[in-house]
Amino acid sequence: MLKTFSIGGIHPAENKLSADSAIQVLPIPQMVSIPIAQHIGAPATPVVKKNDQVKVGQLIAKSSGFVSANIHSSVSGTVFKIDAIVDGTGFRRTAIIIKVDGDEWMEEIDRSEDLLKEITASKEEIIKKIADAGIVGLGGATFPAHVKLSVPPGKTAEVLIINAVECEPYLTSDHRVMLEKGDEVLVGTQILMKALDVKRAIVGIENNKPDAIAHLTKLAANYQGIEICPLKTQYPQGGEKQLIAATIKREVPSGALPIEVGAVVQNVGTSLAVYEAVQKNKPLIERVATITGKSLQNPSNWKFRIGTPVHDLIDAAGGLPEDTGKVIGGGPMMGKALSNLEVPLTKGSSGLLLLPREEAIRKDSKNCIRCGKCVSVCPMGLEPFLLMVLAEKKNYERLEKDAVMDCIECGSCSFTCPANRPLLDYIRLGKGRVGQIMRSRK
Amino acid sequence: MNTKVLVAPSPHVHSGDTIQKNMYGVVFAMLPALVFSFVYFGMGAIIVTLTAVASCYLFEYTIQKYLLKGEPTINDGSALITGMLLAFNVPANLPIWIIIIGALVAIGIGKMTFGGLGNNVFNPALVGRVFLLISFPVQMTSWPKPLGFSTSYFDAETAATPLALIKEGLKKGEALSSLMPHVPSNMDMFLGNMGGSMGEIAGAALILGLFYMLAKKIISWHIPITILATVAIFSGILHLANPEAYAGPMFQLLSGGLLLGAIFMATDYVTSPMSNKGMIIYGIGIGFLTVIIRAFGAYPEGVSFAILIMNAFVPLINAYIKPKRFGEKRK
Repeated sequence: MLKTFSIGGIHPAENKLSADSAIQVLPIPQMVSIPIAQHIGAPATPVVKKNDQVKVGQLIAKSSGFVSANIHSSVSGTVFKIDAIVDGTGFRRTAIIIKVDGDEWMEEIDRSEDLLKEITASKEEIIKKIADAGIVGLGGATFPAHVKLSVPPGKTAEVLIINAVECEPYLTSDHRVMLEKGDEVLVGTQILMKALDVKRAIVGIENNKPDAIAHLTKLAANYQGIEICPLKTQYPQGGEKQLIAATIKREVPSGALPIEVGAVVQNVGTSLAVYEAVQKNKPLIERVATITGKSLQNPSNWKFRIGTPVHDLIDAAGGLPEDTGKVIGGGPMMGKALSNLEVPLTKGSSGLLLLPREEAIRKDSKNCIRCGKCVSVCPMGLEPFLLMVLAEKKNYERLEKDAVMDCIECGSCSFTCPANRPLLDYIRLGKGRVGQIMRSRK
Repeated sequence: MNTKVLVAPSPHVHSGDTIQKNMYGVVFAMLPALVFSFVYFGMGAIIVTLTAVASCYLFEYTIQKYLLKGEPTINDGSALITGMLLAFNVPANLPIWIIIIGALVAIGIGKMTFGGLGNNVFNPALVGRVFLLISFPVQMTSWPKPLGFSTSYFDAETAATPLALIKEGLKKGEALSSLMPHVPSNMDMFLGNMGGSMGEIAGAALILGLFYMLAKKIISWHIPITILATVAIFSGILHLANPEAYAGPMFQLLSGGLLLGAIFMATDYVTSPMSNKGMIIYGIGIGFLTVIIRAFGAYPEGVSFAILIMNAFVPLINAYIKPKRFGEKRK
């Protein structure tokens, strides 16, 4: 019996179209737009101004608090302007727009492909380097990595869990990273273990990636304390709480963080970024993303510079298909629909999905037939049908009592509902309002 | 590039499951029992089924169009289920006009009064059946003998149900051991060779339907299995306490409408609880009430009443029995 989480869960069509396509390098665009808010927390503060010359890897916006992250230039060139642009969230937000000129890197960055296995940095140096490099969770949540590594007083980390689940349908960037950068990922894992002072790390991989499981299992024999843990394919296993439940059978209490049960979770892509930051002095200026879709000519995986416009990635994969109805930043379950193709790719961009129009249009919603399927698939053990009604009726008191804030917005309820009810849409609204109410109480 | 793209919140894909798929799945699961009833009751079963289904469609269409003035709903498949279940729940030679009244009560009062599919509190088919049982007790309890296609519709030979045989006998003061030789064997009951309502007689066919619905994930095991287990355990205890007054578990499971009720009536989405824990409590309630009514009540059979009574508790169960939450703080 393969391990998995026990409450709820669904199995959407996997559609991993680009799984066999090796990572390619996306050409550097002529202009990049680098948003100063690419992470959860306070936006960074720009430290460059118009017409400044910048190099690849140069700090251009500084972390503005503990929960914030540095931003580095991903190209060399001239700061064209600092202005508001529409980003992947659909809002207008500040970005540093750089006109590209050549490809000149900061001198301290080691650009060689040599594998550096020996970890010389101390625990404190590691955390500082990770913070300096502006590394955030690359699974999509973009939570600053150094925050998770700074274990609060009174708590101890016992185990590091590497999230290599990639449970979103279509996406394959983590899969490719594991196959092509396996050693780097494992060294990165050891660095994270050292930063956390833990002796044990578990890499959770779903069994729809048998090649990645085999490859990493073989490599892991050379590294102390790293276990590869195959998991039964089930969405949303990449959810932090679900992954902890699946791998070490502990339930993170409602409202608490994983450290409460002694676990710290980092994405496999983050692990690679950590390796590059600590061993190679390379800040987070590029990452791998999947470009995919059923009508797309060439579903594939690309390493891109942060700030590259979305249409560059689409063009590289054969151009926008005629029947495109929706362009999604991320996967089909939790990704965000983009409003235009100028949106820059950012630290959190794990993929881009082009959905054909007929799949993109939602079916009409019908009466709830009380089948209870939303309840049985909810991985948090909530009652989506009820939360939706309460949100519609603006009954925020009961929403809070019925644990709306536990919702991880995985979308399993809306996905499953035979009446096509917009369950998560309403729950999200209710969650936003309840969150405001709870914060104002403090 | 001036392609227009949609912007909507996630999730961006859907399982493709629909209300119709579930409803027609239930209908498909009922087909084996329907075939059995055609074999045992011949023309009668066909006439009853066609009348019930046609009148349910007609009433739903008319009420939705002229009284509720809403979008047509007859395509969702629920009227077909109600019609078939109503037919399954009446004798196979019930006069046609009584069936039509039953359909009117089932759809009109049982379902549309509440606003249509999804809003009703009680299982519509059972509302129709119980209304008929109380209003036309004679016609509703003269079951034709399951003889096959030769049976004519109106002057069929009648056969009492096994449960009624026992109830009558016990009322007259006879001991169970002297009654049992007169009731059909377990195997006969399993294969449908007994008196009873049109769709309830063939246990084997109903169980086939259960397996289909479980395999297709149309329903979960919680409701049917807890009902059957509760009936088996509780009637087993009574039987052990006094074997001369209370029939054993196997007889209870196979006789009357228990399998039909547990598999097709109690599992109605709209009128059963939402959470697995709630479903188990609901199932235990139905099983318990069924045995109580059969053992101590005036009616020989109690499944319909048990389900309707537990239907009334469903809102309460939903309000108090919550699913186990992930990481719930225990007080």
